[in-house]
Amino acid sequence: MSRVQIVLFSKNGWDRGAQGVAGAGRRLADGLGAELHAVVLGPADDALKNGLAAAAQKVQVVSALEEYQPEPALAAAASLCDGAAAVLFGNDTYSQEIVPRLAHRLGGAPMADAQKLEVKDGRIHVTRSAYGGKALSEYVMKATPAVIWVRSRALEPAEGDVGGAVEEATVELPEAKLRITERHEEAQEGASLEEAEIIVSGGRGLGGPEPFEQMLAPLADVMHAVQGASRAACDAGWVPPNWQVGQTGKKVAPELYLAIAISGASQHLLGMGDSKVVAAINTDADAPIFKHCSFGIVEDYKNVVPLLTEKLKEMQS
Amino acid sequence: MNILVCIKQILDPDLPARDFKIDAANKEADPKGANKVTNIFCENALETALQLREKAGGGKVTAITYGPEGAEDSLRKALAMTVDEAVLVINDKHSKPDAIAVGKVLAAAARKLGDFDLVMVGRESGDWGLGQTGGVLAEELGLPSLAFVDEVDPDGDGLKLQRQTDNGSEVATVKPPALVLITNNENNVPRIPKTRDVMMSYRKPLQKLTLEELGVADEAVGDGHTAFEVTNLYVPEKSVSCEFVQGDSLDEKVTELARRIHGIVASVN
Ligand SMILES: Cc1cc2nc3c(=O)[nH]c(=O)nc-3n(C[C@H](O)[C@H](O)[C@H](O)COP(=O)(O)OP(=O)(O)OC[C@H]3O[C@@H](n4cnc5c(N)ncnc54)[C@H](O)[C@@H]3O)c2cc1C
Ligand SMILES: Nc1ncnc2c1ncn2[C@@H]1O[C@H](COP(=O)(O)O)[C@@H](O)[C@H]1O
Repeated sequence: MSRVQIVLFSKNGWDRGAQGVAGAGRRLADGLGAELHAVVLGPADDALKNGLAAAAQKVQVVSALEEYQPEPALAAAASLCDGAAAVLFGNDTYSQEIVPRLAHRLGGAPMADAQKLEVKDGRIHVTRSAYGGKALSEYVMKATPAVIWVRSRALEPAEGDVGGAVEEATVELPEAKLRITERHEEAQEGASLEEAEIIVSGGRGLGGPEPFEQMLAPLADVMHAVQGASRAACDAGWVPPNWQVGQTGKKVAPELYLAIAISGASQHLLGMGDSKVVAAINTDADAPIFKHCSFGIVEDYKNVVPLLTEKLKEMQS
Repeated sequence: MNILVCIKQILDPDLPARDFKIDAANKEADPKGANKVTNIFCENALETALQLREKAGGGKVTAITYGPEGAEDSLRKALAMTVDEAVLVINDKHSKPDAIAVGKVLAAAARKLGDFDLVMVGRESGDWGLGQTGGVLAEELGLPSLAFVDEVDPDGDGLKLQRQTDNGSEVATVKPPALVLITNNENNVPRIPKTRDVMMSYRKPLQKLTLEELGVADEAVGDGHTAFEVTNLYVPEKSVSCEFVQGDSLDEKVTELARRIHGIVASVN
């Protein structure tokens, strides 16, 4: 029987991303009439093992990969995914890094940032953005395996429990020529951008780092929001790179996305298009962001943000 | 330090959405009316390479592209940014090469051009945004690779790489040769070439190579052999209309804005 393989990194645990990959894998396997198998690269905790065993017939854990290193991780994935019809990954750093190499090593076809997977006539079809979010594109995968990273948090988790078996997998791991020697995680208060229900995002129009700290941070505070930014603000060094929302930044889906002094370039919209409600503060009534807003205000942020913060405080008390 | 930077020319991604048209028959963007520019991440890669050359106290940076004759413009711009050599692998046959074909062609060129300590590519192209070429090329050349790199420094006889992750950064070390996929940060914003260097760039030599000269067989990289195929390309409908908050004064307008925001915030928390 043919099989679909999902690959997860133990570091992220059984988070919403992992659940989305498992759901996508389950549905793809059902569509192809295949089994679903899962590989965990790194020592998995019980939540991850149990979550996966509910969705996949077989779960293989490579505990020997204590910490992620690109070459051993790639080698382990290649040896365990060989022969699969399709291999799915999430959209974290390590997954995005591994997918093209793994696809080529296995003689298959790589695909990035899949928003939708479908099976038609036994072939895998993928829908994703193209041209910086200005268009949607559909692909049919021709080479096998199709090795795809999916926009995992936006995909439904799997239903039911197939009662899969969990086992330890032993694979031969090559010596790493390239070694990751330092790992820095930014201390994050509360939710991450990807998990945030409310986001306050700032752009180039803010003019510098100070407004992010002095005006947007207090506003985000009263709104219980996580702060984000456009690429322009990140490139200027005003805020860290991992605040970036967009095509090459975080893909977010909050209840409310408040864009302040952001023009709304297609590449930015690509990252926040799944927001329930978008609102904007911008001096330019013709800024493209207003074409994607539910409500907005055409004013200088300097006049709006402090006043808005004050009013929200009053409403809450 | 001998560095190869792979660059790609694409349709200007800054083309406003209202001017963006699709050529339905070819399932690609209609090139009419759009400029061609070097992919931004390739320019970030060029900038990173040039800074590394400075930090290493010398070395050679070669820019290469696989594309039509018109892609020469991107190489001239790279020369104006002061890369040392430029190579155009001419593609006058294949309308839509995929990453696997491009990776094979670039690997053949890299082998022919000499021993590179470091191969650099962009994290993804601003047109299709697939981000596959670097991985394929690393496999073809058998090199260790790291993605999302935003800084490269000399480190004894090796290299120190810094890269972005989902919620922070990582540092890696490697002895050359290696391949890195470059992403943007505040330090690799591409330099604006000096007028003098722009003029000079047209006098610098530019090497052109054909697929025959590289010994790449047509079947290996030709149309119809792609690992996947585009079946549809369209502009999605958007039906949101923005309501601008109303009021006679700034205070009234912001109060209305606050009321709407408060409604959502209160429902979430
Ligand atoms: C391949 C590729 C990938 C990309 N990926 C991303 C990505 O992931 N994320 C991303 O964001 N971008 C991305 N970009 C860049 C994108 O195209 C835009 O350049 C960027 O989003 C612009 O950022 P911005 O809106 O902050 O700046 P601008 O476009 O300069 O907009 C600034 C806005 O601020 C407004 N403004 C100015 N002053 C004030 C004021 N006092 N009060 C209120 N409003 C004011 C202006 O009217 C304007 O609308 C990518 C580009 C490419 C080519
Ligand atoms: N035709 C090409 N010639 C040279 N480099 C390329 C070409 N296509 C892609 N690349 C490189 O691969 C990176 C990622 O492109 P892609 O895989 O198309 O998203 C680009 O930023 C370039 O560095």
